Amino acid sequence: MSASETTAEQRTVLQDPAPQQQRTASRKAGWTRRAPLLPALVFVIIVTQLPFVSTIVISFMSWEALRPNERGFAGFGNYAEVFSDAELRSSVITTVILTVVVVGVSLLLGLAIALLLDRTFLGRGIVRTLMIAPFLIVPVAAALLWKHAMLNPSYGFINGVLTWVWSLFGSDNPPQVAWLTQFPLASIEVALIWQWTPFMMLILLAGLQSRPGEAFEAAKVDGASAVQAFRYITLPHLRRYIELGATLGAIFIVQNFDYVFTMTSGALGTANLPYTIYQTFFVRQDYGLAAAQGVIVVIGTIIVATFALRSVSSLLKEDS
Amino acid sequence: MASTERTRQEVSPAATAAEADAAPARQEYRKNSPLSRPNPFWGIVAWVVGLLFAVPALWMVLTSFHSEVDAATNPPSLFAPLTLDGYRSFFSNANAWPSLINSATASVVSTVVVLVLAIPAAYALSIRPIKKWSDVLFFLLSTRFLPIVAAVLPLYLFAIWSGAIDQIGLLIILYTAMNLPIAVWMMRSFLAEVPVEMLEAAQLDGAGLIRTLRSVVAPVAMPGIAATALICFIFSWQELLLARSLTAVVAGTAPVFLTSFVTSQGLFLAQVSAAATIVSLPVLIAGFAAQDKLVQGLSLGAVK
Repeated sequence: MSASETTAEQRTVLQDPAPQQQRTASRKAGWTRRAPLLPALVFVIIVTQLPFVSTIVISFMSWEALRPNERGFAGFGNYAEVFSDAELRSSVITTVILTVVVVGVSLLLGLAIALLLDRTFLGRGIVRTLMIAPFLIVPVAAALLWKHAMLNPSYGFINGVLTWVWSLFGSDNPPQVAWLTQFPLASIEVALIWQWTPFMMLILLAGLQSRPGEAFEAAKVDGASAVQAFRYITLPHLRRYIELGATLGAIFIVQNFDYVFTMTSGALGTANLPYTIYQTFFVRQDYGLAAAQGVIVVIGTIIVATFALRSVSSLLKEDS
Repeated sequence: MASTERTRQEVSPAATAAEADAAPARQEYRKNSPLSRPNPFWGIVAWVVGLLFAVPALWMVLTSFHSEVDAATNPPSLFAPLTLDGYRSFFSNANAWPSLINSATASVVSTVVVLVLAIPAAYALSIRPIKKWSDVLFFLLSTRFLPIVAAVLPLYLFAIWSGAIDQIGLLIILYTAMNLPIAVWMMRSFLAEVPVEMLEAAQLDGAGLIRTLRSVVAPVAMPGIAATALICFIFSWQELLLARSLTAVVAGTAPVFLTSFVTSQGLFLAQVSAAATIVSLPVLIAGFAAQDKLVQGLSLGAVK
């Protein structure tokens, strides 16, 4: 972004005998190049960075909507509250469990399904289309679908299938599970895994199909088994794609709000950080505390995002 | 997967018959890829898994065409008569149409603004790259990775203070900022495919930036632009947290409308299935239309 660098480089390239005149010209050329970028960049900076700066400022204030007269500077008070609040600590743990389980399982399932779809078989295109469908259901709609149509204890599809299967064996006493109250977090995880496995599958399938063919020929000549070929050729090639899927998935799942809000409303130990912040802000109306929680989440996300950026850039380098 | 040969011996007669049909194709495939011989067993497994993943979505669509009484049976009534009652009761809700129109307005307008801003920006990052273009790209991406929930509070306070609360214009601005980084990344990877010679030719003919973009870049990049638009549309259409926090009765979007079903009780399953189907339909259409470019878009152009 620095103008002097552009000038310096162009000067050495052009060897212009009139440096002053040339410097003005190339500075102008530099801005002409930059001009198409500026509207987008300025827009993003204003709309996304200003709120975060405000969040940091508010996080050091004591500001509760219900006590408007007590607004003032709080120092690190909100942060102390964040770390001493047991409910909040449990929401951190819930966020980590939710993210690790959903990303891990959908990566494994996505890898297995990508390996299946990498083979030729009748109707492969149709199966691929079927597989993508879960990813294209609006998240709130998907969460409602799981909450009401799939997991409802009295008329949900899953308990209905249990009834049907048991009746095949002449039993009129099938197990009927209250999924959302007995296994609240697992229910959310299943719904999220259902939605995110296609995403992982698509990325890994693209990775499998970009695999160089010669390595396989060589492995075959050397007498490698299918397992060995997978272990020593496919998996190392897929590593970057797995990293990319894991980090992108993690960024979206850490931020997940729709499922927790819709399926359990944060009850029964399912409140994750985004939901807890939303609650602190809208229900408790403690703005200072909500802002401090937000800052903590941002710091956590930056740590995850650093890995994400690294894997994106390694794929970009390989590409060019 | 090592035991493919052995597994094939154990599969059902039906599978063996299918295998006989697939025999010529297998012969051909074997030549290309010596280690992965097609085996109908794995084809069947793939079909079963694909169907299992589609079952909840298919069940949602089927339930939406059932009457409320048939929708709430245990075991499920797969072959109950079909009806449009679920859709009728969805559209008879006074908030249904306004919320769909709000969603369409926010998604379409923000997508258009995103494209207007992203295409020139991507041009400056790929075709005639500025210095340190990759730093700019990664800065843009990092803004997308920041959790939206941390920005909701100041946005809400600003919206109250400025009177922008519950107005669709505010969502349009926010969705534009939310999608702009992804659109720039996608467009950059699509514009990188424009041949340099064509640009040089345009330059020699004295074409300016706008003209070069319109006559040279746009035709080549059109499929990429379409895919970018579809993915931005999907992200805006699905968004809940900002819409839920910053809108109420007037500017509530379709996902916000759906949240009215969160605590529903009684006979409403057909209606909620119809609502979920209708709200998901634009995303399903856009997603299947962009299917070929979906991976490239979702991976920010890193995966082709």
